[in-house]
Amino acid sequence: MMARLLQERVAFFTIVRKEIRRFMRIWVQTITPPAINAILYMLIFGGLIGSRIREMDGVPYMDFIVPGVIMMGIIINSYANVSSSMFSAKMQHYIEELVVAPVSNITILMGFIIGGVARGLAVGTLVTCVALFFTDLSPQYPLITLSIALLTSVMFSLGGFLNALFANTFDDISIVPNFVLTPLTYFGGIFYSISLLPEFWQTVSKLNPVLYMINGFRFGILGASDIPLWQSYAVILLFIAALGSVCLWLLHRGAGIKQ
Amino acid sequence: MKALHIEALTKVYDGGVHALRGIDLSVEEGNFFALLGPNGAGKSTAIGIIASLVNKTSGHVSVCGHDLDTAKEAAKANIGLVPQEFNFSVFESVESIVMNVAGYNGLPRRLAKQRTEHYLKQLSLWDKRKAAARDLSGGMKRRLMIARALVHEPKLLILDEPTAGVDIEIRRTMWEFLTHINKEQGTSIILTTHYLEEAESLCRDVAIIDQGTIVEQGTVSELLSRSMMETFVLDTQQPVAATSIGPYSVRTREDGKIEIDVSQGTALNDVFNELTTHGITVSSLRNKENRLEAFFLRLVNSQRESAAANGQAAHNALGAAQ
Repeated sequence: MMARLLQERVAFFTIVRKEIRRFMRIWVQTITPPAINAILYMLIFGGLIGSRIREMDGVPYMDFIVPGVIMMGIIINSYANVSSSMFSAKMQHYIEELVVAPVSNITILMGFIIGGVARGLAVGTLVTCVALFFTDLSPQYPLITLSIALLTSVMFSLGGFLNALFANTFDDISIVPNFVLTPLTYFGGIFYSISLLPEFWQTVSKLNPVLYMINGFRFGILGASDIPLWQSYAVILLFIAALGSVCLWLLHRGAGIKQ
Repeated sequence: MKALHIEALTKVYDGGVHALRGIDLSVEEGNFFALLGPNGAGKSTAIGIIASLVNKTSGHVSVCGHDLDTAKEAAKANIGLVPQEFNFSVFESVESIVMNVAGYNGLPRRLAKQRTEHYLKQLSLWDKRKAAARDLSGGMKRRLMIARALVHEPKLLILDEPTAGVDIEIRRTMWEFLTHINKEQGTSIILTTHYLEEAESLCRDVAIIDQGTIVEQGTVSELLSRSMMETFVLDTQQPVAATSIGPYSVRTREDGKIEIDVSQGTALNDVFNELTTHGITVSSLRNKENRLEAFFLRLVNSQRESAAANGQAAHNALGAAQ
């Protein structure tokens, strides 16, 4: 039993090391573009347009958008890392190295997810560093800030894994990020407070899970949010439990991997 | 102990194709075993199930005494697989690919490094350890997959057409290496191949699979003794155009030599008398080395003919009933 646990531990760290090496090897494609996007958002929305808006929910507009911009980097990069890595492993068939080896499904899943979290948080950290040139960022609740970032990253890494299991072409791993994830992120209150919206659209916005993550993260940094904090945690944990269970069940069945 | 034991293994793919129809197979520990069959016979499906890459429909598989359903991880720890297609990340270095698989099998990093160095040196890939896998030649890629399959020193090594597309020299080197690990390390080996001389010279036991069923199983010598015909290659001083000489069937090869099929037990003097009667002078003679191939082709053809005859009989019976 102990030997099995040690074996799983070695396998887990091997997958994590491989995943981190993969996105670091192509850092020009994986790490720098989100930082450049963040600079553009902060310059254009925060600096140029923000100077006219001045305040949102009682805080300077630049301070208001920064948590959302950081969160957008975390969400998109966690998702993209796992979906592209897992899909490549499927397409080039080297996922078989893991399927043939005595590695449990939960170790495989956790290895890929931690890889996605590593990239999501690396991008989040870089965007935060960039943001420090535009605003004085000092989180009101550091633990809440970190935990929301971490859990959101886990959730979207699971989403990326699920996407890759079903994907058969490169189009299949770009459809969800382009047509689902990006609109949900933009309508998730990065650049505005939902209190500005008519009541009907406020209700519709509350169906968007990304709203809960951005607002939870914003609460951690600014101490203000459109959404009660417990709701943010509840939504994220619910999604993690649901996506994690589906991924494990599909891995058990060998969906998208075995014949 | 048995390195591999398979009972009533079946596989029906989603489209309704019956790839395996209840095969039974046993491979003793330390054996060098050949699984032969034409394309689409079910060899790769069987290997896929043993290696957990294909879900079985029914039946039991155990590897070194560990059931694949109830003790999956223990069974998998004893398997090394060299698949037919290249299945590694082409962007990774040779060393990383082997090290990663060592890690997946739970080898601590220091041991993984030692084993990686050992097998890459044994397979003449050490100089290429930093090269990306995409930059290797076809033969090197095959050897990389063998090193990767051996890094955790499995008790059962499964090779699915490992010498396909490699030149004769590399093929011979691979044969020597596989024989070495079978004899020196006691690794049981299951090999599928289209080069039947490979099976004849390397393997102790053979199973022939066709249309999802094991049609023959035994030692190579047993199977060959069941073959009722022997084929000789003759170098004749005159060109021979006939397809038969007396009771013997004859084929002319591209190199101008002829092959003549002789029933076992026939005196060669009778054959030479018949050739002399037809005015043919023989300069040299040798037994065609690839006896297993001749046996295999006869067996598979007879299976196909009997399947076709059964199908026709069923069709006729159905017609009569209507």
